[in-house]
Amino acid sequence: MPAYLISRLFMAAWVIFGVTSLVFFLIHWVPGDPVEVMLGESASAVDREALRHALGLDRPLLEQWLSFLSGVVTLDLNVSLYHRQPVIDLLNARYMATLELALIAFVIAVAIAIPMGIIAAARQGTAWDHTAMGFSLLGVSIPNFWLGPLLVLVFSLGLGWFPVSGREGAASVVLPAITLGASLAAILSRMVRSSLLEVLGEDFIRSARARGLSNRQVLIRHALRNAWLPVLTLLGMQVGALLGGAVITETIFNWPGLGSLLIESIQRRDYPVVQGCVLLISLSYVLINLLTDLLYARVDPRIRLEHS
Amino acid sequence: MRGGWPTWVLLLWALVALTASWLPLHPEQMALEAILQGPTAGNWLGSDDLGRPVFDRLLSGASTSFQVAALVVSLSLLFGTLVGAVAAYVGGFWERVLVMIIDIFMAFPGILLAIALAGVLGPGIDNLVLALTLVGWVGFARLARAQVLSVKRHEHVVAAQALGTRAPRIILHHLLPLIVAPLVVEATFGVAAVVIAESGLSFLGLGVQPPDASWGSMIRDGVRYLLVAPHLVLAPGCALFLVVLSVNLLGDRLRDWLDVRNVRRPLVQGAGT
Repeated sequence: MPAYLISRLFMAAWVIFGVTSLVFFLIHWVPGDPVEVMLGESASAVDREALRHALGLDRPLLEQWLSFLSGVVTLDLNVSLYHRQPVIDLLNARYMATLELALIAFVIAVAIAIPMGIIAAARQGTAWDHTAMGFSLLGVSIPNFWLGPLLVLVFSLGLGWFPVSGREGAASVVLPAITLGASLAAILSRMVRSSLLEVLGEDFIRSARARGLSNRQVLIRHALRNAWLPVLTLLGMQVGALLGGAVITETIFNWPGLGSLLIESIQRRDYPVVQGCVLLISLSYVLINLLTDLLYARVDPRIRLEHS
Repeated sequence: MRGGWPTWVLLLWALVALTASWLPLHPEQMALEAILQGPTAGNWLGSDDLGRPVFDRLLSGASTSFQVAALVVSLSLLFGTLVGAVAAYVGGFWERVLVMIIDIFMAFPGILLAIALAGVLGPGIDNLVLALTLVGWVGFARLARAQVLSVKRHEHVVAAQALGTRAPRIILHHLLPLIVAPLVVEATFGVAAVVIAESGLSFLGLGVQPPDASWGSMIRDGVRYLLVAPHLVLAPGCALFLVVLSVNLLGDRLRDWLDVRNVRRPLVQGAGT
């Protein structure tokens, strides 16, 4: 186990290093001067130089990169060019909103997808199966930036059940969470179905049936226990994808999370905040994947043995 | 393999995209008296908030999404396949470097990277294509590498090596034909992913810039008038949904037909998620 853990931790650190460095160099490589954005075109050359020096932008690129990396380690992510606040405070204020949204979307998706996938597999080829897989295909094909406005049109403007946007009260999270969770539900239900079908074709299932167990017993005691492993891996990756999808969903619903902060900061060319958002989202994503992998290795000893 | 309606939808999409510049369209022509007008007999899909005809903009948006999808998928396919196949064939140091790069990209939500890249590069179709290709090639490289690894010890390859055939010829003539099927399936799903990603980035204001039309930016502009003019959101959304659904259906059929297993949905698929 320790060898596996160490190799996974090394991998996680490598990914975060790679992604943040990529964004750092791109930002400094492309044209566009943050000083100009902050001061406007009419500022004098002396003022510009002063600000450039104050922000450390006149130092060599390599030095700036190293100081950025050491800032990542010490959680000192510089100051927002627009808000004039430490980036870490801004991220802190927005992170909980994104976590809340992603978590509720996840719960909704799992609650829909797992029963749907099980029913589709247990009744393969019937109308149940076709309906479930039809819904799944719809879910994969509807982009969330269209689903969101459609839900608003029907449930907020039409029926008046939920607020159009913002984050006030429990009702306000419902539509964003459904919008964000829909495609996860679609992908997950397909995965549950195909994984379960694969297990149901195995010999030990036939033996269980031959021993006279009922369909329900075979499904619950034998098939599901073996089918959920591949589902778990996919789940880890998809929960991370929720964080990416949250960027668009938060923009649609004016949800005050990391995603909307990222888009605002891109529009304002507030690069320290852009970097901070990318860093925090990738950190969360990598952590979730790491936890899934470790959980997977715990329940399936073959994984550990392969690596040690 | 029978085509069915998805094929017709996609053919129509391609036809509109390729002929859009010759059609008598006026996607940028404003008419003050028609602002937010609903569908009428002469103006099938009504007009938008600047009085521009939604139908003309829809066709113009079809052309945008088709061009971006075609460019991004072919560039990613070419570059990714080349890098993945060569790395797997040559092996050693360069293969390890490629695997490390692939690991970074696979361990990160593609759409987020595309958003960050498009945001940093600045808006516009060229930068959009660049950002999506930078994210998109990795999936093809990963697949091509895995496929070449599985076939590079085949007897006909070893025989070609023994005859002194040079590496580029072996890769092109002896390896690539064997790995085409999964790449084609991946490319098909890639089209759906890029169409959603292009619209998504344009929805965020990071893609196609006004006055050019994109389905994504049409949806964004229409959201403000959801109550008074829902057709502004419904029309581009339906078009987008139909195209993506058709591509996904076609991809599923191709996968069954070519009997390809284990093709993962590409990176930028996260656009819809």
